[in-house]
Amino acid sequence: MLAKRIIPCLDVKAGRVVKGVNFVGLRDAGDPVEVAARYDEQGADELTFLDITASSDERDLILPIIEAVAAQVFIPMTVGGGVRTVADVRRLLNAGADKVSINTAAVQNPQLVADASARYGAQCIVGAVDARRMPGDGPPRWEVFTHGGRKPAGLDAIEWGRELQRLGAGEILLTSMDRDGTRIGFDLELTRAFADALDIPVIASGGVGNLEHLADGISLGHADAVLAASIFHYGEFTVQQAKQLMASRGIEVRL
Amino acid sequence: MQKLVVVDYGMGNLRSVAKAFEFVVRKRNLAFDVSISSSPQAVRDADRIVFPGQGAMPDCMRYLRESGLEDAVRESAAAKPFFGVCVGMQMLFDVSEEGNTPGLGIFAGRVVRFRPTDRTLKVPHMGWNEVVQTQQHALFKSIVDAERFYFVHSYFCAPIDFATNSANNVTTALTNYGGEFTAAIGRDNIFGTQFHPEKSHHAGLKLYENFLHWNP
Repeated sequence: MLAKRIIPCLDVKAGRVVKGVNFVGLRDAGDPVEVAARYDEQGADELTFLDITASSDERDLILPIIEAVAAQVFIPMTVGGGVRTVADVRRLLNAGADKVSINTAAVQNPQLVADASARYGAQCIVGAVDARRMPGDGPPRWEVFTHGGRKPAGLDAIEWGRELQRLGAGEILLTSMDRDGTRIGFDLELTRAFADALDIPVIASGGVGNLEHLADGISLGHADAVLAASIFHYGEFTVQQAKQLMASRGIEVRL
Repeated sequence: MQKLVVVDYGMGNLRSVAKAFEFVVRKRNLAFDVSISSSPQAVRDADRIVFPGQGAMPDCMRYLRESGLEDAVRESAAAKPFFGVCVGMQMLFDVSEEGNTPGLGIFAGRVVRFRPTDRTLKVPHMGWNEVVQTQQHALFKSIVDAERFYFVHSYFCAPIDFATNSANNVTTALTNYGGEFTAAIGRDNIFGTQFHPEKSHHAGLKLYENFLHWNP
């Protein structure tokens, strides 16, 4: 059976792994090459790097990092953050990324997703969606935010997920902005609404504080993969422990 | 010093394949020169060939034809250890229903799309799945049966002899995703995998190491 995936996420800024709370307040978590090698040893199924560099001058710093990791880590790597053009996609793939995630630029220019998917294949285009729950009664709704969670895009998140699938994304990285950095667990309603609405795999992200949360993302949120950062970065839990817990709950994992 | 050439016809991420072979060569201290090449002569001069492919098969076939490498690839597939990866394996078959594209026709059969009846099975088939060995093969040496490898694909090979149990069946391993499909093939000097050994951690590197030692 296909295993559910555990994906440690490395937020990279100015060449270092960092971690923030609700998209602000950053703390250093180490050298990206060392951190990646550690997760690889622990049995991570994939790695995701998000380049949260603010300026385009610093943007190119991610390329040698990806090259260095790709020379010694032989599991799939996704890189995202600041991807604007098909040329950006090509540069990241050439540096050793297997998939590229596109967020703000996909909202501004949906054709970018279509063009990149047509050129390099759906398997390497990840549609990243940052979603925030809308206030109000009635059935829950989520809105898409861009620019690292700062700007509302005026789009319904699930409709946008369907559109990304139609445009040629091979996978969705779904982050709950309400939960990101809070350690109270995924927004399971959001995750499940996405996973059930789409035919492509959905990665749940945002809010993991313990190993049960990861298992919940799969068994209750119906996610195909779960992504977490801080619970792994500071040595609190290993990827292996996460897999053992998931296996004990009857979830298929690669041990 | 043997020469391993990863064929570059302009499609896909070849560096990860080359890097995985380079890593094995360095780690095991093997006498191999690993290169990525788009030159027909380099392909003809190589001792071993890796034929990768990524993205859509119509594009891969078009790029292969336009690159002028098709003849050199065909000659290699007939003569020396040859490893097709993902769409590189699919291209060895007669035809793909992806854009109704003719392949190289080295193996009889079609390439078809996943159509899972179970809606919880997503397409692409993406992630680590079990590869069950159905034939003994030198490339599976020291790899446990049902080991997990990394897959990412929406189409798979359906060899014409898939349903038979003949010893000459081209399928060497099966994986289950809403039904069994061909995860690896092998006949004479050709081996192929639907999964990506270069992204499959220790087991994938072992498979590539076995390919470097393989003398069919």
